[in-house]
Amino acid sequence: MAIDLLKDRGTPLDQQRFTWKELVQPTYSKLDDDAFTRVRVILMNGIESDQLRFSHACSRMNRGLQRDLARLRRAEQHQQTMINWLNPADQTVLETTIGFEQVAIEVTAALALKEPDPYLAQVYRFGLLEDFDHMYRYSALMDRVEGKDPNNLLQSYTDILPGRPTPLEHRHPDDEIRAHYKRETADLRTKLHAYTLVASEFQTHDYYMTVGPTYSDPIGRQLYAEIASIEEQHVTQYESIIDAGETWLEKLLLLQATEVYNYYSCVESERNPRIKAIWERFLDYELGHVRYVADLFERYERRDAAEVLNASLPEAIDFVPHREFVRETLRNEVQLTAVGENFIPRQDEPLDSPSNQYRNQMNSEGTAAGRVSAGYIWAPGTELAHKRPQVTPDPTAVHA
Amino acid sequence: MTTHAELGMNRTGIATSPKLTEEMLEGQKEFAPDAPGDERKISNTRSLTAQEWDTRIGSVPPPTTVKGAVKTGLTALKGESPTQFIDRLGARLAFERSGVRMYEALISKLDAGGSFKGGPTRADLETILNDEYEHFQLLVQALEHLGADPTVMTPSADLQATLSGGALQVLVEPRTDLAQCLEAALTLELIDNDSWAMLTTLASEAGQKELALRFERALSEEAAHLTAVRRWIAAAQGVSLSG
Repeated sequence: MAIDLLKDRGTPLDQQRFTWKELVQPTYSKLDDDAFTRVRVILMNGIESDQLRFSHACSRMNRGLQRDLARLRRAEQHQQTMINWLNPADQTVLETTIGFEQVAIEVTAALALKEPDPYLAQVYRFGLLEDFDHMYRYSALMDRVEGKDPNNLLQSYTDILPGRPTPLEHRHPDDEIRAHYKRETADLRTKLHAYTLVASEFQTHDYYMTVGPTYSDPIGRQLYAEIASIEEQHVTQYESIIDAGETWLEKLLLLQATEVYNYYSCVESERNPRIKAIWERFLDYELGHVRYVADLFERYERRDAAEVLNASLPEAIDFVPHREFVRETLRNEVQLTAVGENFIPRQDEPLDSPSNQYRNQMNSEGTAAGRVSAGYIWAPGTELAHKRPQVTPDPTAVHA
Repeated sequence: MTTHAELGMNRTGIATSPKLTEEMLEGQKEFAPDAPGDERKISNTRSLTAQEWDTRIGSVPPPTTVKGAVKTGLTALKGESPTQFIDRLGARLAFERSGVRMYEALISKLDAGGSFKGGPTRADLETILNDEYEHFQLLVQALEHLGADPTVMTPSADLQATLSGGALQVLVEPRTDLAQCLEAALTLELIDNDSWAMLTTLASEAGQKELALRFERALSEEAAHLTAVRRWIAAAQGVSLSG
């Protein structure tokens, strides 16, 4: 299926209608559906939520666009509802968290492999190893606090192994700002990748900030706090690679194209026919949104939308496991850290660097990421499948 | 240490704000409900949605080896189908495995605040924890023996995890004490006792004599857990249980 962003007109905005009942559809099955169906649902909720976030910021800064954007947002918000409500209620907060990290790992890996700009591919690989580590920490939390197997969610697609250790991921804010692509020369693929990852990471941050305090166990509350901070760093990193010289409407146009790109990728890979029909419907809606925003762009900026959407839609995102690519990245790049816009071996970072000082301060009273996963090795059926529970008092405990 | 409910500034009742409550009730005279009917509309929505969705929580996968299933006689199971038997075994397995972690949390409570007169010792809780672990291992072996995959989360396992999720929250919450957490343990042990009794019957009916015997042993251990937890809860309230 070939998509032409500007010629395929999709469903016009004024024909995008819903009922309350259809917004709340039967959910997918946590047990029976493919893990990548959950990955797509989580990702698309993130894509939609970022569109709303950006559109509101745009409205705050552009009185003349407020009515046009409010109309667009109405459809987008209802799309987001229909998607997010596909998550089943028997999927706990922590189980959904495992799903979020699977999105972060597999989608970032897919985009890193397709990214034509080598520096940005490096940025994605850098972020990837950090989310990969979060999967390991959350898995240890699930296994050791709840006695549940995280692989019931992952379905053996994604590894549960340490990545760049979370305690080492904390950096000074200045070390999160990367070089950005140039709006005039960057490949359309580059732009769509960057917009996709900002949306995905922003949603992850907001989710952890919402659910973190609902976790009863203190180690879980602490872990969510530590990892949410890294997700905020990731949002900072990914938004910094986008050219800030793009105008509001240029960005809005790219966001709509990003939605088309993502829905198209979902249509191409979805195996659940009922959910595939939702992706197909929303792909048509988003093509309608591209047309709608292209009209705004041409009316207000007096520029041709084809200046921005100057290439055919990139190949679909591969919703497949990337085990070998991730392991190769882990072997070669786990020792990297970021200093300013650059990535250097951690051993070359001065001891008194801003990031080292920041880490030393934040980690000075210990980290939950380290405690929750002390000696943790995942096994099919949980750690207890291969190891007796340790119940004698911990000799390293303060009051032991 | 038992739970001592202390006098304090609890603001949830109307007695702390009688004037404000009066104002709220006053408002009802002026502003009536807009929609006619009563709470039965909620029940109707539940029934209708269940019919319209017509979907299930999930399924039980086929045995990893059909040969294994046939050899063990699982296919000859009477009453419940082999699938339902596997579903229940999977539920017990997951529950016992989570039970290990829940008793670890209970031990943390005891380590944090100590026990109370007539309450459990650390060794008591460690014994139960080890029983839960052994039961988990027993179920791993049982499922493997029947040609089923013990790493599966079966639909009943998922539902029992949802059921016991509240107990887990109480157990790991830093502000609860041992006596409060024993009430969480009681709900777990009650579910466990009934479920083991059912499993034992099913195994017997399936002609799985060896399994039925081992399940019966597990049931008697669970019964002892239940008795102990009830006794500790009574002691925390300052009463003793007869018999």
